[in-house]
Amino acid sequence: MLKALVIDPGKCTGCKQCEMACSYENEGVFNPAKSRIRVFDFHHEARFVPYTCTQCAEAWCQQACPVNAITTDAMGVKVVHENLCVGCKVCTIACPFGTINYNASTGKVIKCDLCQGNPACADACPTAAITYQDVEQTGYDKMKLWAARTGTGESAGPNAPAARH
Amino acid sequence: MGWTSKILRVNLTEGTAKSEPLNMDWAAKYLGQRGLASRYLVEEIDPRCDPLGPGNKLIFATGPLTGTAASTGGRYSVITKGALTNAIACSNSGGYWGAELKFAGWDMIILEGRSPKPVYLAVIDDKAELHDASGIWGTSVWQTDEWIKKRHQDPMMHVSAIGVAGENQVLYSCIVNDLHRAAGRSGVGAVMGSKNLKAIAVRGTGGVRVRDFKAFMAAANAGKKVLRDNAVTGQGLPTHGTQVLMNVINEVGALPTRNSRDVQFEGAHDISAEAMATPRKTDGRKNLLTNQACFGCTIACGRISKIDESHYTVRNKPEYWHASGGLEYEAAWALGAATGVNDLEALTYTNFICNEQGLDPISFGATVGAAMELYELGLLSKETTGGLEMKFGSAEALTRAAELVGKAEGFGKELGLGSARLTAKHGKPELAMTVKGQEFPAYDPRGIQGMGLTYATSNRGACHLRSYTVSSEILGIPHKTDPLVTDGKAGLVKAFQDATAAVDSTGLCVFTTFAWTLNDIAPQVDAAVEGGWTPEKMLEAGERIWNLERQFNMRAGFTAADDRLPDRLVKEAARTGPAKGLVNGLDKMLPEYYELRGWTKDGVPTNETVARLAL
Repeated sequence: MLKALVIDPGKCTGCKQCEMACSYENEGVFNPAKSRIRVFDFHHEARFVPYTCTQCAEAWCQQACPVNAITTDAMGVKVVHENLCVGCKVCTIACPFGTINYNASTGKVIKCDLCQGNPACADACPTAAITYQDVEQTGYDKMKLWAARTGTGESAGPNAPAARH
Repeated sequence: MGWTSKILRVNLTEGTAKSEPLNMDWAAKYLGQRGLASRYLVEEIDPRCDPLGPGNKLIFATGPLTGTAASTGGRYSVITKGALTNAIACSNSGGYWGAELKFAGWDMIILEGRSPKPVYLAVIDDKAELHDASGIWGTSVWQTDEWIKKRHQDPMMHVSAIGVAGENQVLYSCIVNDLHRAAGRSGVGAVMGSKNLKAIAVRGTGGVRVRDFKAFMAAANAGKKVLRDNAVTGQGLPTHGTQVLMNVINEVGALPTRNSRDVQFEGAHDISAEAMATPRKTDGRKNLLTNQACFGCTIACGRISKIDESHYTVRNKPEYWHASGGLEYEAAWALGAATGVNDLEALTYTNFICNEQGLDPISFGATVGAAMELYELGLLSKETTGGLEMKFGSAEALTRAAELVGKAEGFGKELGLGSARLTAKHGKPELAMTVKGQEFPAYDPRGIQGMGLTYATSNRGACHLRSYTVSSEILGIPHKTDPLVTDGKAGLVKAFQDATAAVDSTGLCVFTTFAWTLNDIAPQVDAAVEGGWTPEKMLEAGERIWNLERQFNMRAGFTAADDRLPDRLVKEAARTGPAKGLVNGLDKMLPEYYELRGWTKDGVPTNETVARLAL
């Protein structure tokens, strides 16, 4: 079963435990600057949004790489092979989401690789704003929430807090 | 490890910034942050110096757990001689700034002297430079934050700044980082303003390492589970914030109301956590939008609020229509109960102004309360207040005062003196609800007896965070004691003071102690740094820190005569509630406290105590 990170910004408090867990898992140090996941603070809107690579099925980064340093593993994860990466940064331009980035201290690019199937960010999140779920069922919770409203006469307009509970 | 082992020393007079090694001998005795920076301050300044003169120093200090994955491990403190109190000051703040300083490779910044012109300090990893601040002098904390990030083309910088209140050396101005987290008390902002230092912006990409990562992650994860499973840290604080206390403290008759004339406020519910979470009648929306965590915090007690756009305070000011830091309990009490104002939106607006201009809402609100009493007694008139009707319960008086005080204009300049100086000026010093010049916070010592001793003996002037006996006396943590009696309170206060001094020196938030004891904290500290930190060693360090602060204050000229409460609390009995008929029994607690501390009957640490603690 392929799995994916599911992010629910409505539950995020902006604590950055995910960034700490990610950098520790991948770099062996507590360092948000080297985290593959990043929490954005839209202060004036009272929203915190964690964001990272979604592991595109047809990945722009992979297709743009001139030395085939990015491959797809059995779990569908796009993995950067550091021994092949030449640090040309073309993938960072190709990625529409900005989730693959250059690491100046190694001269290679870094991106989320779902921690070999056990993502540290999801483990560390204290509010379950980041979970790791069956890739074909990532909409389940949201569907259920809306399903529960069906027929109750409750508003389904843009102000109905679908993600906030 | 845990430490970067580097201090940044900035001489503002000379315009230089230099790196020096952290004194590891002192770290072994004083832990970090509050304790370690106090040790530096004691070594480096004359305790009798003018807090607003160039001889005072300003220290920004992290703890061994700041910037680690420990829950709440993002705190820093500002240590200096307080402008409001003339005593040692240590104001603690959350947000993201402290962790960022550590990521940049610094444990501490010591600022000395006085810059000839307004400057700000930019610390980008190992590069530290002073820059001209003439473009932001006279602007708000919020404008400064935006301006610096644009200037350096780096939205990921974190900025700690003073507002106009600090520039004008308002005696209870604070230092605000990340827009709405503050090193709030004792006038640390005025000290920064006196040095012509507008802000410190930091950006770090180096990260933090700990002594033993494996042991650290095990201890940190065990700690997180304890916080999650505890009713206060797992449910109460994230849902209601510290405002969970408003109705509770009012019911036990310990909510200081209208400058402590009363101990219960009939409008408490209107300004409570419950009111913040109830849709408003005017626009059907809630004051509270969401909660926010500081760096690394798995509790997330912070409030993010939005003011009703039709409220009189902001109707014509769309610049205040966005979300920002909302009311915490102490602020809601000071701006509300202490002034008799029950308008939640007016309180939220005033809180925004405090964050924007860099004011301590506790001292500000309490000073407005004292001014209202002076006004009602006829000692202040409309002429002296510039037309303001300073009546208890007037939201307009409160919000107008907030707009004036930071700018130090007209009557605002008088209010900026704080309640001790203001009431003395008008011949009624007994109306100042202060200890050592600092306004006390949201717990009336007639209804919670231990808090009387807490305020009287607090080294930074009246404060709830030095020994939060409310935990025991009201909430039953770690064990329930009777809030209406003085028996056993001396020992309780000492135990809380010592443990809290240790926690304040780690980089953790003191709110963890609703669930954690030093048994949960010591393993995290020990895995992060050298020193063999056990709960016992931490407690001993806490006691050492307490005595060090006390010695500084004694050298600064304080005596046992300053360990006193305002007459109102020890002579005028509570008029309603469970404490009806009671005054605070400070005199019954204080001698026992001195004895337990190993101090003389005049409150001076004995030679044996000094030797025992290796001071």
